[in-house]
Amino acid sequence: MKFDAPATTNPIDQLKAVGKPTSRIDGPLKTTGTAPYAYERHDAAANPAYGFILGSAIAKGRIASIDLTQAKAAPGVIAIVTAENAGKLGKPTGHTVRMLAGPAIDHYDQAVALVVADSFEQARAAARLIRIDYVRAKGAFDLAAAKDGAVVPETGWTAPDSAAGDFDGAFAKAPVKLDAIYTTPDQCHASMEPHATMAAWSGGKLTLWTSNQMVAGAVGDMAGTLLIPKENIHVMAPYVGGGFGSKLWVRSDAVLAALGARAAGRPVKVALTRPQVFNNTTHRPATIQRIRIGATRDGKITAIGHETWSGDLPGGGPEGAAAQTRLLYAGENRMTKTRLAVLDLPEGNAMRAPGEAPGMMALEVAMDEMAEKLGMDPIRFRTINDIQVDPEKPERPFSQRALIECMESGAQRFGWNRRSTRPGSVRDGRWLVGMGMAAAFRNNHLIKSAARVRLDKHGMVTVETDMTDIGTGSYTIIAQTAAETMGVALERVTVRLGDSAFPVSCGSGGQFGAVNSTAGVYAACMKLREAIAQKLGFNSADAEFAGGQVRVGNRSVDLGEAAGEGELSAEDVIEYGDIAKRYQQSTFGAHFVEVAVDAATAEIRVRRMLAVCAAGRILNPISARSQVIGAMTMGVGAALMEEAVVDKRFGFFVNHDLASYEVPVHADIPHQEVIFLDETDPMSSPMKAKGVGELGICGVAAAVANAIYNACGVRVRDYPVTLDKIIGNLPPLA
Amino acid sequence: MQSPADFDMSRRGVLITGTASAAVTAVPGVANAYAPSASTGKAPIMSTVAFTVNGKDYKVELDTRTTLLDALREHLKLTGTKKGCDHGQCGACTVIVEGRRINSCMTLAVMHEGDSITTIEGLGTPGKLHPMQAAFVKHDGYQCGYCTPGQICSAVAMLEEIGRGIPSHVSADLTAQPEISIDEIRERMSGNICRCGAYSNIVEAVQEVAGQRA
Amino acid sequence: MKAFSYERATSPAEAAALAGRTPGARFIAGGTNLLDLMKLQIETPAHLIDINGIGLDRIEATEEGGLRIGALVRNTDLAADQRVRRDYALLSRALLAGASGQLRNMATTAGNLMQRTRCPYFYDSNQPCNKRQPGSGCAAIGGFSRAHAMLGTSEACIATHPSDMAVAMRALDATVETVRPDGSVRAIPIADFHRLPGDTPHIETALDPGELITAVTLPKPVGGRHIYHKVRDRASYAFALISVGAIVQKDGSGRVALGGVAHKPWRVEAADAQLPAGAKATAAALLAGARPTQDNAFKIPLVERTLGAVLAQAEAMR
Repeated sequence: MKFDAPATTNPIDQLKAVGKPTSRIDGPLKTTGTAPYAYERHDAAANPAYGFILGSAIAKGRIASIDLTQAKAAPGVIAIVTAENAGKLGKPTGHTVRMLAGPAIDHYDQAVALVVADSFEQARAAARLIRIDYVRAKGAFDLAAAKDGAVVPETGWTAPDSAAGDFDGAFAKAPVKLDAIYTTPDQCHASMEPHATMAAWSGGKLTLWTSNQMVAGAVGDMAGTLLIPKENIHVMAPYVGGGFGSKLWVRSDAVLAALGARAAGRPVKVALTRPQVFNNTTHRPATIQRIRIGATRDGKITAIGHETWSGDLPGGGPEGAAAQTRLLYAGENRMTKTRLAVLDLPEGNAMRAPGEAPGMMALEVAMDEMAEKLGMDPIRFRTINDIQVDPEKPERPFSQRALIECMESGAQRFGWNRRSTRPGSVRDGRWLVGMGMAAAFRNNHLIKSAARVRLDKHGMVTVETDMTDIGTGSYTIIAQTAAETMGVALERVTVRLGDSAFPVSCGSGGQFGAVNSTAGVYAACMKLREAIAQKLGFNSADAEFAGGQVRVGNRSVDLGEAAGEGELSAEDVIEYGDIAKRYQQSTFGAHFVEVAVDAATAEIRVRRMLAVCAAGRILNPISARSQVIGAMTMGVGAALMEEAVVDKRFGFFVNHDLASYEVPVHADIPHQEVIFLDETDPMSSPMKAKGVGELGICGVAAAVANAIYNACGVRVRDYPVTLDKIIGNLPPLA
Repeated sequence: MQSPADFDMSRRGVLITGTASAAVTAVPGVANAYAPSASTGKAPIMSTVAFTVNGKDYKVELDTRTTLLDALREHLKLTGTKKGCDHGQCGACTVIVEGRRINSCMTLAVMHEGDSITTIEGLGTPGKLHPMQAAFVKHDGYQCGYCTPGQICSAVAMLEEIGRGIPSHVSADLTAQPEISIDEIRERMSGNICRCGAYSNIVEAVQEVAGQRA
Repeated sequence: MKAFSYERATSPAEAAALAGRTPGARFIAGGTNLLDLMKLQIETPAHLIDINGIGLDRIEATEEGGLRIGALVRNTDLAADQRVRRDYALLSRALLAGASGQLRNMATTAGNLMQRTRCPYFYDSNQPCNKRQPGSGCAAIGGFSRAHAMLGTSEACIATHPSDMAVAMRALDATVETVRPDGSVRAIPIADFHRLPGDTPHIETALDPGELITAVTLPKPVGGRHIYHKVRDRASYAFALISVGAIVQKDGSGRVALGGVAHKPWRVEAADAQLPAGAKATAAALLAGARPTQDNAFKIPLVERTLGAVLAQAEAMR
């Protein structure tokens, strides 16, 4: 199905299943521990061997020699894979670095060997018996030091430079202006399920049970690495214990499980240890951002500029933290600049809302600072500078843009009028209390997505697509979509996901999963409706699908009967024309936060949180809300505690476990409220929906930082905002 | 900020400098030539342990190094209990042993001779959910599902702890019977990390079950 | 984790004797720190003596009017004991501020005292660490040291002792009772139990090889207001940046100990004497000789301000 014109009324608009608050259909499995994750497939391979990865002890250099003697002699060891014996491996386009290092080492904890043994305990112990002589080379690990050598990146989600009008001239002339530097640290996804894979070979064919967000991509990555045809690779990822971008590509667990299984002649399973997750996989790169805003005294932005620097390994990409600044606010004179330095840290890559999440951390604090300079309410300042068209291309409107409504309804709900405009003036016992807000913004991406839908003689509908559910609620919204389109009860729909034998979906990422995967299912269902109508001799345009029946006039047939003794099946793909070029598709929101800062210790605790989102049709208010509160929680982490600390001498993330890389716990998170504005976006897809899972994180950290400033009067521009950055500026204790 | 060439660690006796190549030998785990010479691995030492899991008696012979978590997941094939960090830092492996919630990754299986162990599989099944499991479904107290069994086991045992009068960090009066409040639930559940960030919903689910008990 | 043999001891004396005659033996009770380190091969015992079956799990009144806490009393049970809650609230509060519910159910009184530092360089065996590998250097010095010590540090080590409980024990003047492999027993004042790093940061306590902690005794209650204030970025399940444990009497006198600032719970008699004079004077005495790094210099004002909050709270409770 080609989508190239605004959606008109269609079966989804019935909203009998879609849009209804629906408990996850995978809930009973997940809450009973019976949903099988990659490392748990005792059903799939009876007696797998265990692989344990050994990572590089140095950040950059080479292996001079590697001695496997002791490890090979260790009890239970079946095989050891290293670059020396792994055979020729390719590097697929999705990978910046090789998943198996040697002799060159690209980053700390890059895999250098896999030990395969009869038991996990044996493999782990034997890995420690491998002796390696490294030659350490000088590396670049400090973004601030490498910044001046940064260059225009060759790749990226968005163009590295943009300009309109005369930024320099307008900024120089602006009566009110801000010129500030903000920094965001390296952050880790820290999904609860560490990367894990079980691999088995049969002849030249490879089967992988893995934890991955993009199944078709995983097939491609494996083919490109192992240099075998894609047809010989079968990937399954029906349950994924979180990804947040860290599982967009296969990582060393998958590559080495496959190599280990080949070497051992037996299925092998490999999970990264928690410490390995931090330095062996990817992370969100740190940024240094310079933001300049010039405005008239009545708050109209005349110049807005956003420059951002980040680093990555050679061949890697930038963190496009200036992207949202091209679209979010008005201003005739504007510029963005994205620069990339070479750093020899582990691979930087996408993490939940890449670009916009760290970009909004800076931009929305800058907006708060600017509003203060203007003596203006932060919402008022943003409202004045709202714009309903692409600021760089005014002929190109937003498909929907309800930013002002989000801010206004949020302000009312949150009691924004009770916010004191004087920082540090509200006291509750030992706590200094403040409120902050930020706009939320994230683009909506249209990506083709396919599905197959089958109807059996019992009237049961089965949907098959390689789409994944990484906690996002895909199972449920896909079931709702099929139930709606086919006119059956939700219980009559079975959803099968995450299998490369199924049609290729958009996969999970970039908050594009929900809208595109359901649109693909919708397309396949519409095709199945055609097939049913055709089989029954109905005119499909007149056929009504409802109550498990297909009806034309006063003739109705049970769907099971329509299927007959065999089954009916249809497969289709949603594809998009140039509609996203004609209309800018974005999602909008507003975050409101109340924090308390301990007047003595500067400890910061979040008291209240509200998000208002305008993101098109909300397919399932329950799981969509969960996506948003989860993103808000990750935003609190970004604001208050998350930083993968770089040791600039040795070149690695020092705090590589969950005790020292702190993410929020229960006690950090208050009740969270989410409001979805009633919106449909006919430009997005037949579903009229847009993504929401990343909108939820964009702006949260800035709202927290702004609330901290309002609470205690200390402005921190370097994330995370921790007490050590505040305590020196607090007034003396009474 | 210091550039790699600037720092002076020589007085500390650190071998590595940032300025030039230096050869180092690493035995992982005791790496960079700081290690005593590694002994070759001894044959695995096995030990037999008998315990009860979800009412069923097991007697297993295990490598002494096997954690209770790995015994459950790899040997008994009870994979509902999750390995999130293997270092007592996330709570995904929470099970209930002799009525108390513990991190099964931080204890050896052989240390549980005679113990009665309850895992998520022992609380309920998809067809017959435990009230806590049903409340998690109702309140969407999970997303990816990987921390969920640990959250549920923890929540069930946590309410028992409050019932037994065990105070917490947020109990205002140390000598009083603790209340079942939102703050108490949050503090007591803080050993269970949910990176998907379902906390707000989990607390609602636990509150609902606690209310039913009260 | 290296292979190890395993046996269960049935009495404290037997456990110590076994340890004395088995090279490379370690006791295991809760396991929450030892196993953690064994998985990383930072600890590599050849033999584990499981002491969970040797008793020592009771809290009893002493003839002197204090409490004898068995070495194997779990942190949860110690914190929840009615006598501790009433008379040694500082201890309850410190325990409840530490770790998680699950870990407190496992961790023992003795194990809590024996836990090792959480210095990230100690935990990464690819990095130099004098505590893990004597003579290799200290990567924390000149590295990431935000959570590290600033008092009693040495050129060899700036690690902290991570325990909350031990801070309370120090303020309460606890005594550690032990049995040695030869069956002899001794009592070690808590002040002497943990060592400063000096040139031998790998030697952390006063225990001899094979010596087993059997109990920790508390002198009779001293009354006063008991306050444990732990400061951390995360609201729970985090190690202290710093902590202040204080017992303040009605007349303003009292005692104070700090956590998160040194290789051992930090208490200075001269600082106790300054309590009636207020937080500034007390902090000055506590922090005399402090040598913070660039990363942890904030601990200086943080200690003083937290102490100020603690004394204000004590005043309000009066």
